[in-house]
Amino acid sequence: MTTTDLASDRQRNAGPDGGSPPGASRPVRRKLGVRARLRRDRTLILMTMPAVILLIVFAYIPMLGNVVAFQDYSPFIGIPSSPWVGLDNFGRVFGDPDFWNAVRNTLVITGFQLVFFFPVPIALALLLNSLIRPALRATIQAIVYLPHFFSWVLVVSVFQQLLGGAGLLSQTLRANGWDGMDIMTNPDTFLFLITSQAVWKDAGWGIIVFLAALAAIDPEQYEAAAVDGANRWRRMWHVTLPGLRTVIILLLILRLGDALTVGFEQLILQRDAVGAEAAEVLDTFVYYTGIQNGDWSYAAAAGLIKGVISLALILAANKVAHLFGENGVYSKS
Amino acid sequence: MTTIIKPAARRRTPPARPVWEEEPSAIAKAGKVVLLSLVVLAVLGPLYTIVLTSLSSQATITQAGGLVIVPGEITLDAYRQIISGGVVTRAVLVSVGVTVVGTLLSMVVSVLCAYGLSRPGSFAHTPLLFTLLITMFFSAGMIPSYLLVSGLGLINSYWALILPTAVSVFNIIILRGFFMGIDRGILDSARIDGASEWRILAQIVLPMSKAVTAVIALFYGVGYWNAFFNAVLYINDSAKNPLQVVLRSYVLQGVTVPGQIDVGQGAAASLALQMAVIVLAMVPILLVYPFVQKHFTKGVMIGAVKG
Repeated sequence: MTTTDLASDRQRNAGPDGGSPPGASRPVRRKLGVRARLRRDRTLILMTMPAVILLIVFAYIPMLGNVVAFQDYSPFIGIPSSPWVGLDNFGRVFGDPDFWNAVRNTLVITGFQLVFFFPVPIALALLLNSLIRPALRATIQAIVYLPHFFSWVLVVSVFQQLLGGAGLLSQTLRANGWDGMDIMTNPDTFLFLITSQAVWKDAGWGIIVFLAALAAIDPEQYEAAAVDGANRWRRMWHVTLPGLRTVIILLLILRLGDALTVGFEQLILQRDAVGAEAAEVLDTFVYYTGIQNGDWSYAAAAGLIKGVISLALILAANKVAHLFGENGVYSKS
Repeated sequence: MTTIIKPAARRRTPPARPVWEEEPSAIAKAGKVVLLSLVVLAVLGPLYTIVLTSLSSQATITQAGGLVIVPGEITLDAYRQIISGGVVTRAVLVSVGVTVVGTLLSMVVSVLCAYGLSRPGSFAHTPLLFTLLITMFFSAGMIPSYLLVSGLGLINSYWALILPTAVSVFNIIILRGFFMGIDRGILDSARIDGASEWRILAQIVLPMSKAVTAVIALFYGVGYWNAFFNAVLYINDSAKNPLQVVLRSYVLQGVTVPGQIDVGQGAAASLALQMAVIVLAMVPILLVYPFVQKHFTKGVMIGAVKG
């Protein structure tokens, strides 16, 4: 069996006069020997290699580098010679009030954004979906997607120019005899500030998935609901929102898995202006303790704690989604 | 007469509201118009005033007391000053170089990898795919990544801005999803005609996926152009800083970039310069965006569905 398959496979690769038609050869292909399959697919494997090698070097090897969290790492003697200290670093991290401040800030920011950022794209998508004129819709979509492609430095710069102490808002207020205000350096309004930055930058981009989900809803359902006497709001409640349910749950899960990650660049750009008390999050904590202060092992331990909790969160959230009969990020089987 | 005119006229009328849907009230209509106008204004307003300020003369800026909303005297002075050498010019060159080289490298690596993984059942397909996907769930963290890059001797090298972020698994999955959707019959018949995988990729698959490759190239390009934190981490030599880092020190930290402007100039003049740097950071995106924008939805959805 195997030899004939091989022969036909070779012939197929050899030229147009080769044996069986490609469709017919598919079920047989599985039975090819390992070496024959390797030989047949070697070009495909070769093609994946550059990406795989880059990932091994820049994603997998650093995963192993997390061992420095269990060491008293010194860059001068390197990982092999640095002394092992067990869980000491983790003990220090858990006893550090600055770490807990960062945890609290992270969770507060995530929670705040979940309430005030997450629904915005849904509302925007519903609004855009209600437009009947396709050209108008496409134009507005193109405009609201745009800020997603600006860097955080750019977005923060724009906000600084509009809301900062010398910015447009203060300038307008002063011109009308009021006091200027500096929203950019006020810890009390910081949550509000970074959330509006996130809304400005990414709410438009966030609508893509919702618009696609809305487009997938069968219009007959609306028609049937309308015939049954459901008004506009009823139709939204009973047809539109159930149609979005899966997407909303999926995105909520992804957001929860990311609960410990809040816009790193965004915060590091504004931490100095606002102060660590309000603006220190886990990622900036790792950056300042590790890379700025050279406390490598300590920062690596904090980063590892964050990574493990994030993974646990996303697995747990996915589990919950399964319990509610939704698909989640990966399917059950 | 009317029957002849009607079809031509109908072509211009928008698609009709479904018969079962009631006409919205005047208040609802007005509310929708106001809301949408606010959304559009919130995006375009800041961009408008920043571009206008960068183009305004010092006198106009002083008169406005800051950002300019009403056009006054228009001048290109700020831009002339920025591109006449100095830190900003250098930073633009660095950013352009890193973006071009990085995007090319990322595209070659990603397209090859996506095509290599586009045939389920090929040898080692599943393990290779998992090698990619796992990195979407686990990431190493900042400290080990920094130690690796410095261990490789890449600190202060432009490669440190390219290699660590060269592969985006998400982008590869989008490309792979598209490649998998191409009719197998075409590929198989090319194979029967004796075309190698390389040739199939270059002459059949790529020409059929121009739109999605353009979107992915934009994603990569924007990523390299906007890269800020990698430069903060890995570049200590300020002469090698890309534009985003210079933008921060110039606009956010209020640093007077050495060799750029004379200290004697007024604050208002430097405002136009600041705005010009902001505009410079936006321009490449604004240039490419209109050509690629219409394909976004397709690309993102393929990634979301098949990933």
